Amino acid sequence: MENLLITILLTSIPILLAGTGELISEKSGILNLGVEGMMLTGAVSALGSVLILGNPYAGIFFGALAGILISFIFSFFTISLMTNQVATGLGLTIFATGLTGLIGEPFVGKTIPSLPKIEIIFFSEIPFLGAIFFKQDILFYIAISMIVLVHFFLIKSRFGIVLRAVGDNHESAHSIGYPVKKIRWICTAFGGMCAGMGGAYIPLVLTPHWSEGMTAGKGWIALALVVFASWLPFRLLLGALIFGGITILQFVGQARGWPFPSQFLNMLPYLVTIIALSLISIKTRAGNIYVPSCLGKSFFENN
Amino acid sequence: MANKKSLIIIIVLFLVAAIFFIMSQPKDGKKIASDETTKVGFVYLTTPGDHGWTYAHDLGKQMVEKHFGDKVKVSIVENVAEGPDATRVIRELAVQGNDIIFTTSFGYMDPTLKVANEFPDIKFEHMTGYKRTKNLATGNIRFYEGRYVQGVVAGMMTKSNKIGYIGAYPISEVIMGINAFAQGLRSVNSDAKISVIWANTWYDPVKEADAAKVHIAEGADILAQHTDSPAMLQIAEKNGALGFGQSTDMEAFAQNAQLFASINNWGPYYIKKIEQLRNGTWNTGDGPDHWPGNTWGGLSTNMLVLSEFKNMPDDVANKASEALEGVKNGSIKIFAGPLKKNTGEEVIPSGKELDDGALWGMNYYLEGVIGNVPN
Repeated sequence: MENLLITILLTSIPILLAGTGELISEKSGILNLGVEGMMLTGAVSALGSVLILGNPYAGIFFGALAGILISFIFSFFTISLMTNQVATGLGLTIFATGLTGLIGEPFVGKTIPSLPKIEIIFFSEIPFLGAIFFKQDILFYIAISMIVLVHFFLIKSRFGIVLRAVGDNHESAHSIGYPVKKIRWICTAFGGMCAGMGGAYIPLVLTPHWSEGMTAGKGWIALALVVFASWLPFRLLLGALIFGGITILQFVGQARGWPFPSQFLNMLPYLVTIIALSLISIKTRAGNIYVPSCLGKSFFENN
Repeated sequence: MANKKSLIIIIVLFLVAAIFFIMSQPKDGKKIASDETTKVGFVYLTTPGDHGWTYAHDLGKQMVEKHFGDKVKVSIVENVAEGPDATRVIRELAVQGNDIIFTTSFGYMDPTLKVANEFPDIKFEHMTGYKRTKNLATGNIRFYEGRYVQGVVAGMMTKSNKIGYIGAYPISEVIMGINAFAQGLRSVNSDAKISVIWANTWYDPVKEADAAKVHIAEGADILAQHTDSPAMLQIAEKNGALGFGQSTDMEAFAQNAQLFASINNWGPYYIKKIEQLRNGTWNTGDGPDHWPGNTWGGLSTNMLVLSEFKNMPDDVANKASEALEGVKNGSIKIFAGPLKKNTGEEVIPSGKELDDGALWGMNYYLEGVIGNVPN
């Protein structure tokens, strides 16, 4: 039971990290469909840097850095050149899929050391919960604390309010003197960093080697997760756990001989994604206060 | 502004298309015209870096190159998806003037047949399929023989009596492997049970790893796989479980976890068929038509080889060697009666044995396996 819960938790971390980044970027009005591509970039960079430098912690840094760098491509097109965000995001994912395949070629079939587990003294002694929550790797703790930080940042801090203002009404934010484009560049970069770390988590903890396209749709699930969570950080955490749970439970169901076809169990995470998206779109039409009003709209400074 | 926007989108799409075009070009596809040189083409499902299925084929290719030297010119195309894309790649190899083309995954069956009909002068060899024509032969390995020995070792090594098995797709080739494993298992341990998780993919290390983690969390201490990557063994190594390598020796990934690996030895088959082509005796084999694989060799013909028995006590290793010898010399008949399905229904009575045709029709589990085959 304990092992199963840990497995579910760890499976949720990549989509949780990527979702957190995307949440911030969407709150500022930028819809980046390139999450899958940024995750792949993070994964291949993390793995490559660990192979070269031999230290798994280097993987976190270079995964995050690569995520930021590739998000600049997106920002340059959508924010500076004001291209369509949906098309550019899709382009970014397709581009990154090819690029990472090319970069990853020499890394195929090599094993890297995993991130070490860090025990948090005192807390790790708590029966049952201690082993699950307080004997994990550093990126796990980062992901969980990030959610809490993002929650308070968005709701309590001045910067959080400015960020939401930019996402809700960029004209007004601009007219009272906030640098809309600069803020969006930073938020998209944050999204890239988180997606990069989320991608890095896959080779650093889950499967210690590279294979092409190894994120296998996790970026898309992260995107759906943000909508599913209606842009609220704690719902994002809950959603990530549900998705992680389904991913693992499909195997548990098979191992225990539950009477569902394995193909059905396999498609469950994606089915839930579609259902979540449909439910939310109904709710949005009725007026969802959490949706950033300027989501996906380009900002023309001269207007 | 709108023009600028669409221009940029077009440029981005063009760049993406260009990258894909460059990446999808077959490697080493140059023409060399010489009467002496046989041109050989290989189509791979993934890259040799999978350290599993495709790596085993690549080792075969290397043996070909070593054996023939500059008498052959080998072209390979990696990462070819099963389906329409495969047809295009195989045709491309045919147009480039290859004399014989090996397609190395089950899913290339129909594409290979299609192209074989278009190019009657070129010889085609499809691995693990069952469709043939005048210029299309098939070759396959009795993978299940190695799995019987795995079952014997698993039965003696397990403490929890729970064996975790990861299958790719519920097709007969995989199911006969599970059943052979169960036969080996039950020959030494009647309490142990196999639980099967289907990954529904041949190669997805993340999924394979997830399945392995679930097996271990559910109490399995021995893992076996019929998927292509070493991810399962890496997870076993991390968690102190044991397991078997698949297609190639995966010891490098799991020094303490790999008991042994079943190694697919394609090289001698490839060499034989190219030799036949060169001296004009190439044919599509003479096996009876009801069984897939005109050439279907196993442990006795060294198409399947087991790596050294490791991480096990001597008595287990001895028992494993006995089982290996028994399968090799035919004294152990893996699917001899009495055989029962795990539902209790009799498959075949005592004194009889399943023939090859019956193996390819397997859509049920034998005793020792939990659950039902998904349909």
